[in-house]
Amino acid sequence: MNTTTTAETTRPKALPPPLFDARCKACWFVAGLVCLTIASFWTLDLKWAQFFSVDATRRMGKFIGEMLVPETSAKFLGKLGWAALETLAMSALGTLLACFFGLALAVPASKTHSADPARWRGVSRLVLNMLRSIPELVWAALLLISAGLGPLAGTLALAFHTTGVLGRLFAESIENASSGPAFALRSRGISEAKIFWYATLPQVLPQLLSYALYRWENNIRAAAVLGVVGAGGLGQMLAFHMGLFQMQETSSILLAMLLMVALVDAVSYASRKAMAS
Amino acid sequence: MQSTLSSTLANRSLQTQSRRDPAWRGRLFWLLAGGVLLWPMLVLTEFKVWTLFEASNLKPTLKFLSDFFPPKIEREFLLLVAKETWRTVAIATAGIALALVLAIPLALLSVRVLSVSALTGRMNALPAAARTVLRWLMVVLRSVPELIWALIFVRVVGLGPTAGVIAIALTYAGMLGKVYAEILESGDAQVTQTLLRNGASPMQAFFYGLLPQNAAELTSYTVYRWECAIRSSAVLGFVGAGGLGQQMDASMKMFNGSEVATMLIVFMLLVWLADATSAWLRRELG
Repeated sequence: MNTTTTAETTRPKALPPPLFDARCKACWFVAGLVCLTIASFWTLDLKWAQFFSVDATRRMGKFIGEMLVPETSAKFLGKLGWAALETLAMSALGTLLACFFGLALAVPASKTHSADPARWRGVSRLVLNMLRSIPELVWAALLLISAGLGPLAGTLALAFHTTGVLGRLFAESIENASSGPAFALRSRGISEAKIFWYATLPQVLPQLLSYALYRWENNIRAAAVLGVVGAGGLGQMLAFHMGLFQMQETSSILLAMLLMVALVDAVSYASRKAMAS
Repeated sequence: MQSTLSSTLANRSLQTQSRRDPAWRGRLFWLLAGGVLLWPMLVLTEFKVWTLFEASNLKPTLKFLSDFFPPKIEREFLLLVAKETWRTVAIATAGIALALVLAIPLALLSVRVLSVSALTGRMNALPAAARTVLRWLMVVLRSVPELIWALIFVRVVGLGPTAGVIAIALTYAGMLGKVYAEILESGDAQVTQTLLRNGASPMQAFFYGLLPQNAAELTSYTVYRWECAIRSSAVLGFVGAGGLGQQMDASMKMFNGSEVATMLIVFMLLVWLADATSAWLRRELG
C-alpha cells in the first residue's frame, strides 16, 4: 500500500497528463456526443441498402435526367411568375401583420422603468414564446383547418410565427431604450400612452424597422417552402407537380425558388452595404 | 382696448395654426401610397379573413380547438410520442453527423489560407478553380431548403427517417462547410502561413495552426446548428420524413385535437430543451 502511494507521488513530471480526466469537460462532451450519434444511427431504421440500391439509383437518375430540361412554355412560366408574386405578397403581408401584433404584444411585455408594475409582462412573454416556438410550417398545417388550402393560411402562419419572433425582439429594444426622455415627460405627469408615442417609439423605431426587414428576408425564404403543406405560393405548386412526378415542371419551380432566394440575398447584401457606407 | 383685442386675435390665430399638423401633406401621401401597395398584396394572398368566421369553417375549427383540452395523456399514446420525439432528435443528430462527414473535407479543401501556392502571392490556377467549384457546390447544397430535399428523397427511398437524415445532411453540409471555411479564414493567418513556409504539409498546418485557434468557435457553431436541425427535423415529418412531424400531420388530418395538443406541448418542450442545452454547451465550451 505504501509503495503505491510513493509511486504515485514520485511520478516523473515529464510524463504527459493522463488523456482522460474526470474534470475534462471536452472529454465528457465528446463521449456524450459519440454515444448520442451511435444511438441515433442504431435506433433509426435507416434504409441505406434501399438508398444505394440499383432501383433507387435508376429512379434518381431518371429524376435528374428529366430535371435537366426545365419546362419553359410561356403559359407555365406565367403561372410560375404569378406563384412567385403570391409568395412575395404572402411574406410581405405576413411580416406587416406581425409588426403590428408584435408591437401590440411587445408593449405589455416590456418593463420600461423601475416603478412600472408591468402586470402583463409574464403573460404576454408566454404568448410570444408560444407563438415563436411553433414553426411556420406547423402553424400553416394547423391553419389549413380553418382557412382552407391557399395563401391565406400561409400568410397567417407567417404572421403568427413572426409575431412571436418580432414581439420578443421589439420588447427587448423597448426595454433597452434610453429612459431619459421618458422620465422627463413622466415627471411632468404625461400619460404613459403619450410617453410611449413621443419618447420611446421614436428612439427604437430604426431598430424595429431593421428587425422587421431582416424577418421579411427570412419570411420570403420560408414562404417559398410553406406551400408544401398546401398553403399557397411556389411551394404549393411544387408539391402539386412533384406529386404527379412531373419533373420538368418541378425543375422550373425549383429554379424559380433558387433564383428568388438568390435575388433576395443579393438585394439584402447590397442594401446592407449601402447603409453601412 | 384696441391693442388687447388685436393681441387676443393674434393669440387665437397662433393657436389654430399650432393645432394644425404641419406634416399633413406627407402623412396623407404615405397613407395613400401604403394603401395602393397593400391592395394588390391583399388580392394576391386572397386575404379574406371573414371566411375564417363563416359557419362552415368556424364549426370544425371550434370543434378541433375544443378537443385541444384536455390533451391526450393515455400511457400508450405518450409512449408513442416519446418514441417519435427521440426519432426526431436522432434524425437531427444522424443528419448532422453525416453533414460533418461532408462539410469537413469541403471546408478544408476550400480554405484559401491552407494553400501552399498562395504563399508566394497568387494561387495557382488549378487549386483556385477547384476551390471556386467547391464553394459553388456548397452554395447549391445549402440554398435548396431541407424540406425540398426531403420531398425529393421521400420519392426516392420512400416514407421514413432515411429521407429526413439525407435532407438534413445535404443542406447542413453546405451551411456548415461555408461557415467553417469563413471561420477558418477570418482569424489571424500568420501562424498557419509560417508553418506552411517552413515546410509543414497543409494538414499539419491545419492541425497545429488553424484548428487550435478556431476550435471553440467551430464547436459552438456546430452545436447551434444541431439545435436548428432538431427544429427542422420535427418539421420534415410533414412531408413524410419520420419523427414527431409525421405523427402530428397524421393527427391533424384526422382532426384529433387532443393528440395534436399533446404533441404541440411536447414539441415546444423539445425546442426549449434543445435551446437550453445548446446555450449551456456553448457557454461551457466557448
